[in-house]
Amino acid sequence: MSMSTTTTEVAVQPPASSAALKLAEFARLKARRRRRERAIEMALLLAACVSVFTTAGIVYILVKESVMFFSTVPLWDFLTDTQWTPLFSDAHFGIIVLLSGTVSSSLVALSIAIPLGTIIAIYLSEFAGHKTREVMKPTLELLSGVPTIIYGYFALLFVTPLIQKIYPELPGFNILSAGIVMGIMIIPYVSSLSEDAMRAVPMSLREGSYAMGATRFQTATRVVVPAALSGIAAAYILGISRAVGETMILAVAAGMQPNLTLNPMEPAATITAYIVQVALGDLPHGSIGYQTIFAAGLMLMLLTLLFNLLGYWLRRRYREVY
Amino acid sequence: MKAAVSSRTAELRAIIRAHKRWDFIFGVIGLLAMMVGILTLAALFTEMAIEGIPRLTGDFFTNFPSRRAGEAGILTAWVGSLLVMLVTAMVAVPVGIAGAIYLEEYARKNWFTDIIEININNLAGVPSIVYGLLALGLFVYTFGLGQSILSAGLTLALLILPIVIVTTREALRSIPQQIREAAYACGASQWQVVSHHLVPYGLPGILTGVIIGLSRAIGETAPIITIGALTFIAFLPPLPGTGEPAAGMFDWLFSPFTVMPIQIFNWTSRPDPAFHQNAAAASFVLVFMTLGMNALAIWLRYRLRKNIKW
Repeated sequence: MSMSTTTTEVAVQPPASSAALKLAEFARLKARRRRRERAIEMALLLAACVSVFTTAGIVYILVKESVMFFSTVPLWDFLTDTQWTPLFSDAHFGIIVLLSGTVSSSLVALSIAIPLGTIIAIYLSEFAGHKTREVMKPTLELLSGVPTIIYGYFALLFVTPLIQKIYPELPGFNILSAGIVMGIMIIPYVSSLSEDAMRAVPMSLREGSYAMGATRFQTATRVVVPAALSGIAAAYILGISRAVGETMILAVAAGMQPNLTLNPMEPAATITAYIVQVALGDLPHGSIGYQTIFAAGLMLMLLTLLFNLLGYWLRRRYREVY
Repeated sequence: MKAAVSSRTAELRAIIRAHKRWDFIFGVIGLLAMMVGILTLAALFTEMAIEGIPRLTGDFFTNFPSRRAGEAGILTAWVGSLLVMLVTAMVAVPVGIAGAIYLEEYARKNWFTDIIEININNLAGVPSIVYGLLALGLFVYTFGLGQSILSAGLTLALLILPIVIVTTREALRSIPQQIREAAYACGASQWQVVSHHLVPYGLPGILTGVIIGLSRAIGETAPIITIGALTFIAFLPPLPGTGEPAAGMFDWLFSPFTVMPIQIFNWTSRPDPAFHQNAAAASFVLVFMTLGMNALAIWLRYRLRKNIKW
């Protein structure tokens, strides 16, 4: 600012010295540079806003189609009907049927992922040596790097036949084997985050515990785990929201038959598997069948949002500050 | 007296031993728990290798899909995957890096920045199939892009954007503050600091994030099924300048396509076991691609990091 005033003052004097010209030149360059910087900042801001646009887009699309859906199907029926037959002439839209599949498959998966993931996290953080940890952690993370469609193949054509050898009545499509494989896939999500939380517990707490004569196991379960509880809970929540949103393993191995049951020995469709099933067919844009997948998607989105918020709240509420 | 002390010692020793036993038992349980994971991976790879490797001939890579399992190949699938990844990378890499630079270097601490941050964290937790619904409603019908390579590439780009942004931010954050201060002291503008110093120094971390994001995208099935990608495609997207009439430069973007995961899904869901072999073989190739990309990321990070010493 000050520079531009000096240049104009200098410029009115009749014999414009070369120094003044230079100053004017500098001022112009500086203004241009500032403009360019502003433009670049705006472009960068726009890129950062893509995430906001994405969220807005998701909400807009899901709500728009769902509103049309709920103008045909009353919300009460959607929540209480016990049949899900949207493509039949006698159409019923009871989301609870799909929800039961999602709940039972998630329960199977979590009953595997949470105990195993926690044990692995405690082991890697408190028991294993540096070398073991450096090798095992990335190896276990491979589990979550394998494409889920391959897990679907594995559940359908390897795990199910394996369980059928022990329990021959198991149908070819079932929640059980899909849930087990899904649970193993989720292990690294639970174990990595929990382990990070445990490693963040200050050494002094462990040293205090050891000084009192506690063993490793006692230190781990009575000092480190309680101190890291908020992080561990957040890891569990992430595991749950992964399980609820998982699609391909269930679509391939659990069958796509809507089935109101919590029995994992039966085939059942989940919310996600239903969306896949409809997308595979050829439903016309704008039909009620087309709109159901958005209503189902909205349900799914609300579920995962609920868990994300819960995780966020847990982290804030129970965070230990050192 | 002496006997009392020694019996007391013996008692204490017994207690200590009992407690130590738990250490040992838990150590074994921990190893077993990890074994479950490792054995699953091993079983998965062995199963795919045994079933799939006999099918992995040169023809398998150069044949179109077919109704006869023995003649079917993955040509359209791997070409489709490659082209979709190209679109994804072209969108996700610049947008992701730019967004990360803004949040890390430019953003002021205010409510708007908070909203962006919360959004990114939230998007990382949205199930992939929801992105598919977004793409179906927005790209396919609202923008009229159809069930094309472009739609799929954009969808996957949005999906991996949080991964690219988060890793790029971490890379930028790990660059010491002195670098920025030194550059400013020499009269550099903010953009000069970013483009001449921060991005090159953060490159190992950024590249790692990009590759990990792409390796996630290449195995993603659900969103691509949702946009309604066909599963039986017996032709390749048009090469620019070929065909009758000659295809334009960007016609391939609007072509129908299939990708590796969808081909695997298609073969897996058929009852004929001969197709399951094809699925195993294609899975083998896909796992090789994703794990290969992950390995490349680790190697790159290691290689490039060696050259930078703060």
